[in-house]
Amino acid sequence: MANPILSLFGHSPIKPLQNHMHTSLQCVELLVPFFQAVIKEDWETVEATYNSIAKLEGDADNQKQDIRLHLPKSLFMPINRSDLIQLLSKQDKICNTAKDIAGIMLGRKQVVPKKISTDMTAYVKSAVAVAVEAKVVIDELDELIGSGFGGREIDRINRCITKLEKAEDKNDKRQITLRAKLHEIEADLPPVDAMFMYKTIETIGNLADCAQSAGEQIQVIIAR
Amino acid sequence: MEVLNEYGQILLILAIIFGVFMAWGVGANDVANAMGTSVGSGAITLKQAIIIAMIFEFAGAYLAGGEVTATIRKGIIDPLTLQGTPEYLVYGMLSALLAAGTWLLIASILGWPVSTTHSIVGAIVGFAAVAISVDAVNWSKVGTIAASWIVSPVLAGTISYMLFKSVQRLILDTEAPFENAKRYVPVYMFMVGFMITMVTLIKGLKHVLKDIGFTLNYFEMSLVAAAAGILVSIVGSIMLTRVKRIEAIEAEDRFANVEKVFAVLMVFTACAMAFAHGSNDVANAVGPMAAAIATIKSGAVTAKSSMPAWILLVGGVGIVIGLVTYGYKVMATIGTKITELTPSRGFAATLGASATVVLASGIGLPISTTHTLVGAVLGVGLARGLAAINLRIVATIFTSWVITLPAGAILAIIFFYIFKAIFS
Repeated sequence: MANPILSLFGHSPIKPLQNHMHTSLQCVELLVPFFQAVIKEDWETVEATYNSIAKLEGDADNQKQDIRLHLPKSLFMPINRSDLIQLLSKQDKICNTAKDIAGIMLGRKQVVPKKISTDMTAYVKSAVAVAVEAKVVIDELDELIGSGFGGREIDRINRCITKLEKAEDKNDKRQITLRAKLHEIEADLPPVDAMFMYKTIETIGNLADCAQSAGEQIQVIIAR
Repeated sequence: MEVLNEYGQILLILAIIFGVFMAWGVGANDVANAMGTSVGSGAITLKQAIIIAMIFEFAGAYLAGGEVTATIRKGIIDPLTLQGTPEYLVYGMLSALLAAGTWLLIASILGWPVSTTHSIVGAIVGFAAVAISVDAVNWSKVGTIAASWIVSPVLAGTISYMLFKSVQRLILDTEAPFENAKRYVPVYMFMVGFMITMVTLIKGLKHVLKDIGFTLNYFEMSLVAAAAGILVSIVGSIMLTRVKRIEAIEAEDRFANVEKVFAVLMVFTACAMAFAHGSNDVANAVGPMAAAIATIKSGAVTAKSSMPAWILLVGGVGIVIGLVTYGYKVMATIGTKITELTPSRGFAATLGASATVVLASGIGLPISTTHTLVGAVLGVGLARGLAAINLRIVATIFTSWVITLPAGAILAIIFFYIFKAIFS
């Protein structure tokens, strides 16, 4: 039986959206143990970790589809519907990129040269840190609605976004250092390996960019 | 005339049965709609909601329900046109009750959100216009009623919008929301107490106090209402002292403690909602029943008939039975499924809706409590207070609105001719 009061309340997409971000982050965080295993050249663990990453990426995909299905056009929200959908696909891109990185590494059994392994670990960690900051911003969404888009909450979000940008900045700097170090040793590496190493570094940088872009989407949402 | 003498007893019993049936329907569905939001926001339990509903529906019906009942009884139809054939009024009112009851049943099965008020008004206008004469209908009054059906959700939405905006400014968007909630929530409690007392004094106690020769002017009334409002906010403040801030729950949701303060406020707005609903919707059952009974008893159509208190009592009992036998289920469903409505929003919506309904009751306009509440919730949504509102419901309500009027009318006309064939 359709009850007018009951059918008036639609499913809020906020919590599911945040859950999607949590899954996405979980997936990205696995890159740290993944690279540790790669550096140790423990290919069994590498494969197992890749499988976990792929599974979480699949979970996130399912969540994404579920959220989209529950976002009919007749839903009246304080947030622009297409802004939300854009946020969702940006969040999804983070874990897609993580899976791509892990896929290339595993597929080629790509070895990280010993001379850059410490920098590589730090670089991966700094990329994951950007995703963590993005998650912090996205976790503010329900409070944003809870406060009814209060000015203080918006200030708070802006502060979180500043932290996010700083984290991304740090990641950029690490990328430059890492590339320089790779450049020094590239002559000693098989050319294809060197090429893919550059490619991996670039993709990890993209992951951080995606995370930043997802977090910054909240600014678009507030600005309406 | 002979008809009423001959079959008076049967018609009287029928009137009571149909009236109780209608009241049952109001209790089974409408009350649940009015109270469901309060249960859903987690402010009150199902049991508390039923107790509040029982007390305040009664109080609302008895103290402030007179004007709307009068409109349904004798405002829509011009009694003068029926002076020669009082039995037609009895048939008509019986048909209206039966038609509205039947239509509500059909609509419930089909899942349409129809309004009790619209069914009854449609049925009364229908039988009067077709079975008696077009002139029998007081069209200007009907026009006012129809206009109020559009105005009431808009007004409720506006009030709720402003209430929620004030909550944002004074409480949510401040440095210390919890402390500010404790400071300002008693003011909202005052508004609840003031509003209910004022309407009770203006409309309700008129007939009670007049008998003992006691009258108040508007200024005195506002003083009494203000005193009652202060009393309510004092009681509320005492209740608020028991709400303590627990830091731990703020990790998950920074407004968790603030919402606990609003949950106390919602107990009061739930009372206001039940009172408002009682003052307006009880008339849907009681009005036609009272009109039929008064005509049967006096054997004539009288414009100035007093309404015996026991009829209101019968209506009240019917509502409580409906609530206890079926309404609690609907209330539980609504209560468990609405999770998005936190007390700070729930209060704004219920207070906006109840203020509108009580106002309409004061003017004697029968409006739909459910639709008014929908308007109020939309108002909170416009203030960016709710994460997701299903707008399709507005279209559904509008459609069922358009269907209900002719459906109620046609059913009433059919029943009218059946009664006429049986008794005349």
